[in-house]
Amino acid sequence: LASDVMTVQQKLELQTSMYKLQEHRDMKPSVFNNMLSSFLYARRFGPYFVEPLVAGLEGPDNKPFISGQDLLGASVFTDDFVVCGTSEQELFGTCESFFKPNLEPDELFETIAQCMLAAVDRDCLAGWGGVVHILTPEK
Amino acid sequence: KVLNVIFTVNLTHLKMIEDSAPLFIREQALNPKPQGGFNFENWHRNERLQNEFRAKGISSNLPKVMLTGTTICGCVYKDGVVLGADTRATGGSEVADKNCEKIGYIAPNIYCGGAGTAGDTFQMKKLVSSQLDLLRLSTGTQSRVVTANTILKQQLFKHQGHISAALIVGGVDCTGPHLYNIYPHGSSNKVPFCTMGSGSLAAISVMESTYKPDMTEEEAVEMAKEAILSGIFNDLGSGSNCDITIIRCSGEVTRTRGFEKPNDTKLLRDKIRHPKELVVPSGSTKVLESSFLKYIDVQDVTAPEPMMI
Repeated sequence: LASDVMTVQQKLELQTSMYKLQEHRDMKPSVFNNMLSSFLYARRFGPYFVEPLVAGLEGPDNKPFISGQDLLGASVFTDDFVVCGTSEQELFGTCESFFKPNLEPDELFETIAQCMLAAVDRDCLAGWGGVVHILTPEK
Repeated sequence: KVLNVIFTVNLTHLKMIEDSAPLFIREQALNPKPQGGFNFENWHRNERLQNEFRAKGISSNLPKVMLTGTTICGCVYKDGVVLGADTRATGGSEVADKNCEKIGYIAPNIYCGGAGTAGDTFQMKKLVSSQLDLLRLSTGTQSRVVTANTILKQQLFKHQGHISAALIVGGVDCTGPHLYNIYPHGSSNKVPFCTMGSGSLAAISVMESTYKPDMTEEEAVEMAKEAILSGIFNDLGSGSNCDITIIRCSGEVTRTRGFEKPNDTKLLRDKIRHPKELVVPSGSTKVLESSFLKYIDVQDVTAPEPMMI
């Protein structure tokens, strides 16, 4: 639900800003994941209709962290990929075929972009391009 | 005429606000202090949304809840408790997580396996775990399995089955090894062996035929493993690997993730990755705009030392 996406984003921004002010450091992705999980579960009976994905670099050695959650905050931790949305089933298919571990950032960008475009081409409700965020230690 | 228009608009605006949620819930939403427990501010809105979708015949694409289809089992043997679980989490008819962890920590001597709605089982385990932590701090004694059972029972009964979590709590305390199974509506049984979840029927058949009192650890682990495997292969809601947790009377706990991996696809996948067609050539995606910013700023901060009394 688009309004829930915006509401959840604003409330999470509040939480991360408060954390940053109190602890003088950024929230780690795994901590953020737990916080989001509790936040969504607090509305167990009357949930926000969002399916969030969390991605980030964790710790001093910048280990990649990804997780996906359902609308109640139950997390799925994987080391390959997580998908969500109306073209979830199509994305499962494309990602399972194209994903390889230990790709370079540029290769990963190409792979994920093509997976996305191929999947949303088969879905009327999603499409018209996409936005890719690549997180690397340098930039 | 102008005044009339303003009056009408104001009334409908007020009615919309009233329909969204009763006053005391709206006030709770505006309350800046965070409160514990469940937050019901969106319940009325969600009910209204779902009724509207149904009335208009729109098949809504609202997100599905992730269930842990599941086979979990537990059994008491001579010197402790063995808990077993499969590792598949489903969302609708597709697998959401191929390797999820269903046996969770409650106390150093108590572990709990959960079936039902994934969010509910994880949060119930977290809840009882933190409550037992506080109890241990205030009483200074080891947690008892029956305490975990009672706390979970009372919490689940309070919510009248709406928290859909079926749990198997097993552990060892000063009175010996214990195993309880707890149903979503709040009933529980103290049992020597049990299974829960959609694959419970497949698993209980294996356990009923092989169980005998006072088994050795090897026999108990073998029985739990076979029960979970029968659930994995005969039930669609369970699959992937089998996790085993052994809690011994000596206090030692062994948690094995992936004790048996009958569905390991790694070998197959490594063979498939070879064709060149599956490598996306660089430059195949048209980039409309890109921006780069440096966001990580690493600072070494020494952790403050805890105060010594």
